[in-house]
Amino acid sequence: MAKKLMKGNEAIAEAAVCVGAINYFAYPITPQSEVAEYLARRLPEVGGVFIQAESEVAVGNMLFGAACSGKRVFTTSSSPGISLMQEAISYMAGAHLPVVIVNIMRGGPGLGGILPAQSDYFQAVKGGGHGDYRLIVLAPSSVQEAVDLTILAFQLADKYRAPVMMIGDGMIGQMMESVEFPAKYQDPPLPPKDWALGGARGRKPQVIKSLFLDPIALEKNNILLAEKYKVIRENEVRYELYKVNNKNRLLLFAYGMMARICQTAIDELETEGISVGLFRPISLFPFPEKEVYREVLKDNIERLLTVEMSMGQMVEDIERCSKGKKPLGFYGRTGGIVPMTEEVKGAVKKELGLVK
Amino acid sequence: MAKDELTILGRPESLSDNITHYCPGCTHGIIHRLVAESIDELGVRERTVGVAPVGCAVLIYNYLNVDFMESPHGRAPALATGFKRLRPDMIVFTYQGDGDLASIGMSEIIHAANRGEKFTVVFVNNAIYGMTGGQMAPTTMPHQKTTTSPMGRDVSLSGYPIRVAELLSSLRTPAYIARTAVHTPIHVIDAKQKIKRAFAYQIQGKCFSLVEVLSTCPTNWGIAPDAATRWVTDNMMPYYPLGTFKTPEEEIA
Amino acid sequence: MPKQFEVTLAGFGGQGIMLAGQLLAYSGMAEGKQVTWVPSYGPEMRGGTAYCTVVISEGRIGAPIITQPQSVCVFNRPSLEKFGPMVKSGGLLFINSSLVDIASGRKDINEYLIPATDTAVKIGSVKFANMVMLGAYIHITSVVKFETILQIFLEKMGDKRQFLESNRIALEEGRKFVQ
Repeated sequence: MAKKLMKGNEAIAEAAVCVGAINYFAYPITPQSEVAEYLARRLPEVGGVFIQAESEVAVGNMLFGAACSGKRVFTTSSSPGISLMQEAISYMAGAHLPVVIVNIMRGGPGLGGILPAQSDYFQAVKGGGHGDYRLIVLAPSSVQEAVDLTILAFQLADKYRAPVMMIGDGMIGQMMESVEFPAKYQDPPLPPKDWALGGARGRKPQVIKSLFLDPIALEKNNILLAEKYKVIRENEVRYELYKVNNKNRLLLFAYGMMARICQTAIDELETEGISVGLFRPISLFPFPEKEVYREVLKDNIERLLTVEMSMGQMVEDIERCSKGKKPLGFYGRTGGIVPMTEEVKGAVKKELGLVK
Repeated sequence: MAKDELTILGRPESLSDNITHYCPGCTHGIIHRLVAESIDELGVRERTVGVAPVGCAVLIYNYLNVDFMESPHGRAPALATGFKRLRPDMIVFTYQGDGDLASIGMSEIIHAANRGEKFTVVFVNNAIYGMTGGQMAPTTMPHQKTTTSPMGRDVSLSGYPIRVAELLSSLRTPAYIARTAVHTPIHVIDAKQKIKRAFAYQIQGKCFSLVEVLSTCPTNWGIAPDAATRWVTDNMMPYYPLGTFKTPEEEIA
Repeated sequence: MPKQFEVTLAGFGGQGIMLAGQLLAYSGMAEGKQVTWVPSYGPEMRGGTAYCTVVISEGRIGAPIITQPQSVCVFNRPSLEKFGPMVKSGGLLFINSSLVDIASGRKDINEYLIPATDTAVKIGSVKFANMVMLGAYIHITSVVKFETILQIFLEKMGDKRQFLESNRIALEEGRKFVQ
């Protein structure tokens, strides 16, 4: 298929349609309303369902009910809206339902602002809702990758019967880049959806629930979830290295759009004779734990630096995975302010003691 | 279901033979049976999906022989919306209490009704929170004592009880809104007719239908079952009049 | 590093800033380049200052937002005040001199005064000001061909094909100011 120039929000919407995810529930919120606007036009063309719900609380629960049908369902929102969905997300994780949720993050806490941020890392990766559950979390750094990871998100949701969240900052939703969609999409082999509700015809009634009043039964469900997350940790780690080599003095860690800016900083530092590599986690859960540790251990790496559009969230995972082997610094901006190339370069130089 | 000359009434196929956890004198069991009979008589058991609430009826999926999903508190109408929109061929109902529907889930029920979602709601109003142990509900009567209104509901602080059937029938979209009760045999017959009618409208493709059923809670009201039935007559029915508030036929006329 | 063009376009909402940036990005893509287009979003869309940044590159694009862009086109005075100081040293600044009666005062950049709005009005509509400005910017940088811009205009704005010729004239008039 020919390349198209598309906004990230619209590309995510089209990617979902591409994999047959034509059932969408949403509530308008900046900076991702283009997804709903796009799908309000697009879904009727393909016989899909679009409901503009009364709130994100309802969105999450419409997803829950719709997912019980076994059909592919999804929503998109931005930070405050995702907070309102946490109830349903916890229930859907507990009930082993495949759904895809996209968070085009804006600055918080509270009503915050509408400009780009990466301050929902903890919410996405460490929980957000109640209970012992995890989400598979993917973070694209370009519009094309947003398309590719949207497609992957639906596959992983079905493969593991689990909610998958894709998080991008507001910029990735708003920016335009060239994208390509698969000409003829076909799913990889996926397990049958024999758990779906569709009437007790010729079988016993089925129940989809997260309620287990018997503690043994509830623990059993939690063990089942934990075993699933173990398999996910083993099989679904994704990351990218940029200019990582044995001359690097410092290793940068950044994800999403922030990683793009770090790449430019690395290119420019290279011309100044300062060799820096970038480790970009693509799956935030499962986190590339062993891979981070492996890179950190390399003899040429003197220091580590994490850069985020937050006050420091992923940095805690880098700290955990680097096990104190190298000094770890952090640079972040918030409120919708994106750390620019110059700032990243400055932070690297400061970390290496090249400037005060 | 085994039938012989001696059987004059059997267990509906849609009702399981599990023993319920409901308290003596509670009318959930009667309402469950009426739902099961309606589903059987309309011949839709194999294409019915229920949405269970949070509240005393949280385990309803153990008592009805149909597919079920278990909702977060108050969100059953949102789950039903999502499912029914994707499976319009299915018969979908929610079964909700007053705390679930009229308090935490008020937003979901109003908007589902107003969108005209094509499912049926069985709304059980017993004027109190049952499962959590007798706290004040939005439908608790003025001066009614509960654990969170120990001096009786003070309407100057908590307002008057919400009349859900009247509230929802003020919306233009819903097809069928009715109120009934199950504390006497004659009312049980009325309730059966209304519940069955609500499901029948759904089968006909008519939009949103809701039946509010006045129910009892002897345990949390702190009175005996027979006194509880009289309490419905004396205290609830004057404030919550029984009747049919809205039908699709009226809309056409 | 691969050859890369960066331009920030800024003006009032309604001056066709976003559209001009998109036409540039589409054209870059049509000519086989990597492109990014990043808008300002939010209340600015409703009549305040609107801006977008376009990057067109022979290779992979890192940061799509640039602290010090090589080129800036400003369509009103608030935009000059905000973005004028940001132009990279040695870079290009195009000022809509019809609406901005001052210059940046910088000596380390190449500054071009383009009476874009007045020229657009002469062509037939104030709406062509963005194309006049693009004509000047494209001529100086050779980032894309005029023909590609017009081709993209036809493809994306087919319902406005009657304005194709006016757009061509606008690009040409813009070029004349910098020849």
